[in-house]
Amino acid sequence: MTAQQDIKADSWTVAGRTFSSRLIVGTGKYKSLEENAAAVEASGAEIVTVAVRRVNISDPNQPRLTDFIDPRKTTYLPNTAGCFTAEDAIRTLRLAREAGGWNLVKLEVLGEAKTLYPDMRETLRATDILVREGFEPMVYCVDDPIAAKQLEEAGAVAIMPLGAPIGSGLGIQNRVTIRLIVEGAGVPVLVDAGVGTASDAAQAMELGCDGVLMNTAIAEAKDPVLMARAMKAAVEAGRLAYLSGRMQKRRYADPSSPLAGLI
Amino acid sequence: MNSPTCLAIRVNGDAHRVTAGLNIAEMLIELGVDPAKVAVERNLEIVPRSTLGEVRVEDGDEFEIVHFVGGG
Repeated sequence: MTAQQDIKADSWTVAGRTFSSRLIVGTGKYKSLEENAAAVEASGAEIVTVAVRRVNISDPNQPRLTDFIDPRKTTYLPNTAGCFTAEDAIRTLRLAREAGGWNLVKLEVLGEAKTLYPDMRETLRATDILVREGFEPMVYCVDDPIAAKQLEEAGAVAIMPLGAPIGSGLGIQNRVTIRLIVEGAGVPVLVDAGVGTASDAAQAMELGCDGVLMNTAIAEAKDPVLMARAMKAAVEAGRLAYLSGRMQKRRYADPSSPLAGLI
Repeated sequence: MNSPTCLAIRVNGDAHRVTAGLNIAEMLIELGVDPAKVAVERNLEIVPRSTLGEVRVEDGDEFEIVHFVGGG
């Protein structure tokens, strides 16, 4: 089997929906909708996150995201980015469900503007309510194995811990907690936020994550379409490395050529 | 007394006047918005898409009209 076939067969499932790409990309911060669509294409992503915002009534015929990224081909994952209370997030997602007609959503409830760190008390409360209303929330959270467990118990269909603050591009700051979350989770785990470059995405996958979600790392690259290709390759490489079972680390050297038969 | 021909409503936080007697789908078209591409909240209650053509716009209604845009 070639590596390409391996990747194809290696799908993942969230809330009963199966995907072959393990990369989810955002649709914010692009220079144009054309560039955005080209980057999504190059990334191979089957899911994109989208925001819910007011229609501009004074100019309702502005170009729309849906004209460039077809929601029938790419799964739209409505996000509550910008919400600071459970109520705001729930209100946003009720509207999103009506606009899109599906229950799979991304919940994020932020605690403050400076760090955009999640408010876990509000996040957990919102998860509870959304699940009771029939939503299937994929939940952005802190990299805390206990909080992750609590979200799963509340009915989160995926756990999405941050690697570093949103939009920071600092890479995964705490590999230990991400690994602990992966080991303890019964639902998919995706690193969401903090990825800056391809090696960060590969690292998330090497830790055993089911996927990676990113926006700024691609959108703010000098060449977003090229970075989207890099991220696709990195997620696939990291996943294959995880599945292959890496070698043990040694404290000292170990020669690769046989010692026997030396002249 | 004649019924007013216009209703004063609020849409996405701004004051608007629309023809009296419209349902929400007709109001959206009057505002230049395609009802198939948006979600509507009326006085803080979601209006199911299937009933946009049935619910009458009342004087003083407050609407939020949203759609999907690029985001993280």
